[in-house]
Amino acid sequence: MNRAVTELDFEKPLTDIRSAIDRLQKAAPRKVPDAAAQVAKLEAEYDSTLAELYSHLTPWHQVLISRHPQRPRFLDYVRSLCSDMLELHGDRRFGDDGAIVGGPATFAEKSVMVIGEQKGRSTKENVARNFGSPHPEGYRKAERLMLQADKFGLPIFTFVDTSGASPFQADEERGQSWAIAESLRTMSELRVPVLTVVLGEGGSGGALAIGMGNRVLMLEHAIYSVIAPEACAAISWRDISAAPEAAAAMQVSAPQLLDLGLIDRIVPEPLGGAHRDPAAAASYLSAVLQEEFARMPVGDIDWSERRYARYRAFGRFQTATA
Amino acid sequence: MDFLRRARGERFKTLDKHSPDALPDGLWEKCHGCRELIYAKDLAANLGVCPRCAYHHPLTVAQRIDMLADAASFEETDHDLRPVDALGFTIRGTSYQDRLKYYEESAGVPEAVISGRATIDGVPIVLAAMATEFLGGSTGSVAGEKIARATERACDERRGLVIVSGSGGMRMQEGLLSLMQMAKTSAAVARLNRARLPFISVLARWVFGGATASWVALGDVILAEPGTQVGFSGPRVLQVLKVKLPEETQRAEFMLEHGMIDMVVPRKELRSTVATLLRHYGRHIGPCKCGRS
Repeated sequence: MNRAVTELDFEKPLTDIRSAIDRLQKAAPRKVPDAAAQVAKLEAEYDSTLAELYSHLTPWHQVLISRHPQRPRFLDYVRSLCSDMLELHGDRRFGDDGAIVGGPATFAEKSVMVIGEQKGRSTKENVARNFGSPHPEGYRKAERLMLQADKFGLPIFTFVDTSGASPFQADEERGQSWAIAESLRTMSELRVPVLTVVLGEGGSGGALAIGMGNRVLMLEHAIYSVIAPEACAAISWRDISAAPEAAAAMQVSAPQLLDLGLIDRIVPEPLGGAHRDPAAAASYLSAVLQEEFARMPVGDIDWSERRYARYRAFGRFQTATA
Repeated sequence: MDFLRRARGERFKTLDKHSPDALPDGLWEKCHGCRELIYAKDLAANLGVCPRCAYHHPLTVAQRIDMLADAASFEETDHDLRPVDALGFTIRGTSYQDRLKYYEESAGVPEAVISGRATIDGVPIVLAAMATEFLGGSTGSVAGEKIARATERACDERRGLVIVSGSGGMRMQEGLLSLMQMAKTSAAVARLNRARLPFISVLARWVFGGATASWVALGDVILAEPGTQVGFSGPRVLQVLKVKLPEETQRAEFMLEHGMIDMVVPRKELRSTVATLLRHYGRHIGPCKCGRS
C-alpha cells in the first residue's frame, strides 16, 4: 500500500483498514504486543481488498479515479518519457496558456513534438493553469506547435487531461469555439503521425481539440466523454445526482470506448490506479509508446490521409428502407 | 422531399408550440419578441420576422430551404440516413430509440439535418439546413455524416457549400460517437478549403458546443441572423458549471463585435447576401477547366 494516497469514497473499505493500521501503529507496544504481525496482516488485507474493488469498477468509479487529485499529470509523465523537453510559449496572438504545455523533445532517440493539457496540483498552480481548462490561446499555441512539427517533420504526441475547455466570458470573447475548430481542421491536415494518449479526463471538445490522433490510446482509468456526466445528468435526468447513471449510459470508460472502436488501445495502470504508483504507471506508458512509435515512421507516409479515413468512419447510423 | 411540399402549402407558424404564449391555430400569432398579436399572413409574408419589433422567429428546416434555394432547385440527398441507438442509451426506462420516434413525429423530419443539391441565383451549391425542431438540432452520427457528405459532395461536384446551422451541440445520447463528428466535419471542411470552394456558414436560432467548435466556425464567411445565440458552453452546461455569462455575451451581435463572425444579416437580406458572396467567391465553382474532374 502507498500511504500517501487519499482514498476515494468508494474505496471506504480501504480507508477503514488503513485507520485500523494507524491505530495499531500508534498504540503503545505494551498494550498490543503483536502489533507488527497485525499490521502485516492488515496490509495484506488492504492489497486483496484493493484488488477486489478494482476488479469490478463502474463507469462512475472510473470517472472518480480519472479525476483523482493525486493522479499523475502530463508533466509527470513527460519527465520520465523524455529527458529534454523544451517548453515553448505563446500563441503569438494574445498570450500564453498554462493549461497547455508543449515543445520539442527527444523520445526513443528521435525528435518529437510533445503537447499536453496540464492540471495543477496546488491551488496556486491550479490558478495559473486554470485547473487544466485551456483558454483559446492554449489551443492556438498547440496549433502553432503542431504546424511547426509538420514543417520540420517531427511526429506529434498529444496528451489529453481536461475537464473541458474554459467556458468564461473572456474565452467567448477570444473565440473558444473558433480556436477548437481551427485546431481540428489543422490536425486533420498534418502529414506527420499524431499519437494521442488520454491520461485522465477526456472532457468533450476541449479534449478532442488536441486529440485527433492517428492512434488514440487511453490509460486504463481515464475517461472520454461528449459532455461531463454531471451536465448530462442535469440535462437528461434533470438531476445532477444522476451523474453515475449518465456516465454509464454514455459509455465513458476506456474498455467501453475500445469496444465501440473509438480508441485503439488501453495502457495498463498499476493496481488501484496510476496515483498509487506513478513510476510504474510511467514505465507502462513508456513501453506502450515505444511500441506505437516504432510503427509511425515519418517521411514516406502522408498520415493526413489515414487520419481522414479514421475520423470519416466514425458514426453509427442505418439506411431507411423506403 | 415530401416535407418540402408540405411546407410550401403551410402558412408560417411560430415554432414553439408548447410555449404558454402559443395561440390556437388561427389568424393571429403572438410575437415572441414584443408579445404583440400579429396577423399570421403578415408574419408569413415577412419570413417569420415580426413586422413590429423585427424579432426573428425560428424557421422550420423546410421553410429555411424554401427561402434560400431557387424555386424547385432543391434536390434532397442522403434522405435515407436514420439514427440508431448504438449505446442502448436509456433515461429512467425511456430509451433513446423510443424518443427518436417521438422526435421524428413531432418535428416532421427524421433527423436534425436536411441536405441536398440546390442553386442560389443559378449558382450550384450543396445546401444543408439544420432542424432545431428535432432535439434542438443536436448533432449525432447522422447529422455529422450528412454534413460531412454534403461537404464532400461540394468538393466532388465543385459546388459551393451553404450550411444553415442551428444546433444545441453534440448529442449526448450517442456518447463519444457524437463528439467524433466534430473531427469528421472539420476534416471535411479542410478538404473543401483546399479545393478553393466557398463555404458560407449561416447561424440561425442557436449554435452551441461542438457544433460551434467545428464546422460552424470554419466557414469562409460566417453570417448570423439577428439575435442568434452563439457560444461554446450552452446555457444548461453553464448552469452546472455555475458559470454566469451576461445574456448578451452568447449572441451573434457580441460575436460580430469580437471579430468571430462576418456579418449579422436580417433574414430578408440573407438570400441576397449569400447569393452575392457566391458570386464573388465562386470562381472555382463548376466543372474544372484544367481537365481534371
